[in-house]
Amino acid sequence: MNYIFYFLIVISIIVGAINGKLQEVTNAVMDGAELSVKVAFSLIGIMAFWLGIMRIAQKSGIIDWIAKVIKPITKVLFNEIPPESDAVGDIAMNFTANAFGLSNAATPFGLKAMEELQNVNKDKTSASNSMCLLLGMNTAGFQLIPTTVLAVLVGIGYKNPTEIIAPTLLVTTIAFVSAIILSKIFQRIWKPRIEEVKNEQSD
Amino acid sequence: MSNLINLISVWALPAILLIVLTVGIFKKVPIYEEFTEGAKDGFKIAIKIIPYLVAIIVGIAMLRASGAIEMCSNLMSGVLTRFNVPADTLPLMIVRSLSGSAALGVFSDIANNLGPDSFATKLAAVMVGSSETTFYVLAVYFGAVGIKKLRYAVLVGVLADIIGIISAVWVANLMFA
Repeated sequence: MNYIFYFLIVISIIVGAINGKLQEVTNAVMDGAELSVKVAFSLIGIMAFWLGIMRIAQKSGIIDWIAKVIKPITKVLFNEIPPESDAVGDIAMNFTANAFGLSNAATPFGLKAMEELQNVNKDKTSASNSMCLLLGMNTAGFQLIPTTVLAVLVGIGYKNPTEIIAPTLLVTTIAFVSAIILSKIFQRIWKPRIEEVKNEQSD
Repeated sequence: MSNLINLISVWALPAILLIVLTVGIFKKVPIYEEFTEGAKDGFKIAIKIIPYLVAIIVGIAMLRASGAIEMCSNLMSGVLTRFNVPADTLPLMIVRSLSGSAALGVFSDIANNLGPDSFATKLAAVMVGSSETTFYVLAVYFGAVGIKKLRYAVLVGVLADIIGIISAVWVANLMFA
């Protein structure tokens, strides 16, 4: 992340200077900073709402039920988390909400799952295998119906907008499955560097 | 078919609410107290992710303002016309992992300028519909729990995006070209 952050900013400044757009780049700092707070604040209400609903779902046993149904799958994929962890249910809800295109609802579930995964994580600053997998599943953006895209297509008078659904579903499935396979491959190669962490702490 | 899909997308949210609240009442869960208890966390999480959002959103805003994305698509346009990829969809490929609203903006732009019958509109629709804003998800999810070493997560996200773009081009050519 350190290098990504560095290169994002350095490349922007260099390319901005070449294109004579340095002023625009500087303005983007202010606009971006303002926008990020707006994004976070716009999340508060909807997050609070869904976390509240989720709490009811949890207390009434719905989450347990959903988790039980898709447990065979999550058990194989997330083989490192203890089966009694709440993370299983949250991951299930996160996936279900994403699949139905409710990304506003999916984020609170995903973040809750992240917290549960962090609770069983050995090194609190480094992402665990399960966290990386959950991330990969979310960045692939698996969705049954691309509602926003359909809305735009209807808006321009597209005759048969639903013809877009099948190809989109195929593509998103390919991306989703590759994200899972890639995570499983990389977790073998890219082991967490525990020794390094110990050194940093003793410094 | 389209009616059914419409029905599902309109009913998905209300159905979840109905089911959760009804089961809650039925099982004698104090739903109002539990709701407010759960909702408290919304505020905490949203505040916690601000620093991470600022870093990512400012970086991407700077990159977009610098013109680097246009430069990149100009560089690649020669190669990609060979695979029947319209040049108009190039900025979309780069932008879709970085910013959801920008991707939607570029897509609306393509759709409105090139019209419903163009291949570019169809390809763009598949690309936007099948993607999620990778860097936003990374910042928010890891930010919420204070993870600083992302290990291979970025690599997986970016590679899955690239695979998504390639398969979008392949599927769109198969079905619409």
